[in-house]
Amino acid sequence: MYFGRVVGCVWSTAKDRNLTGQRLLVVQPLTPKLEASGKRLVCTDSTGAGAGELIYWCRGKESSFPFLPEEVPTDTTIVGIVDRLDVTGSYPDRRKRK
Amino acid sequence: MILARVAGTVVATRKDPRLEGKKLLILKPVSPEGKDEAGYVIAVDTVGAGYKETVLAVSGSSARMAEGCKDTPVDCSIVGIVDSVRLDEK
Amino acid sequence: MLIARVVGEVVATQKHSSHEGRKVLVVQPLNLDGSDRGDAVLALDAVDAGVGDKVLLVTEGFSAMTSVGRPQSPIDMAVIGFIDQVDLA
Repeated sequence: MYFGRVVGCVWSTAKDRNLTGQRLLVVQPLTPKLEASGKRLVCTDSTGAGAGELIYWCRGKESSFPFLPEEVPTDTTIVGIVDRLDVTGSYPDRRKRK
Repeated sequence: MILARVAGTVVATRKDPRLEGKKLLILKPVSPEGKDEAGYVIAVDTVGAGYKETVLAVSGSSARMAEGCKDTPVDCSIVGIVDSVRLDEK
Repeated sequence: MLIARVVGEVVATQKHSSHEGRKVLVVQPLNLDGSDRGDAVLALDAVDAGVGDKVLLVTEGFSAMTSVGRPQSPIDMAVIGFIDQVDLA
């Protein structure tokens, strides 16, 4: 899974039957330091995320599983809204020998 | 899913029989603002997209979940035609 | 599978039900020399790992889902073991 921020949404009328009713959100992928990383993409949503929210999203076939038994053709889905993030600043290795 | 623009078609006579009758389109990825981005991909069209239209493309094994693509050798399919993209102000 | 180090944790209330009761870890994939391999990613925890642990990371859905015991759920990465030692010939 990867971090991302919701930066917009997509409107589409002519689409796959199984995409009907799905929200399509534009997401900017982020690193854990919350810097933009890579191209923006379009995600389906299983959490009710809104504009500007920090989320995490899942890639691949697994993305369609929240919508089972409907076979939604998606490869990127928002699966969680981040409340808090604890990341060690310089990523120190606690187990490193002195 | 990515946003892409239809840049052309591919004609292939000899191909896997499971691909027969499927429309193959050349897609160029675009940014949400509509600017062209690098690279290209060939996708199966399941929604009747046309030249220069902006579309939604699904890749990987999810591409086979598009209508009519079940159990076919497809790794990218077009699943929607984009009407508009709204970006939130920064 | 990749070698990775746990660098953080995520708290999320609103998430897919299959992620409930499992930690969401921020893990940094590593090269064999111990340097960072790309950006850190998010993975579900199957072994009760914590910040600082060196772990085994699967980056494929089926293995990830089954290792956390949540088949047919939106999970594409999981921490499935601790790495005690790496020997290079």
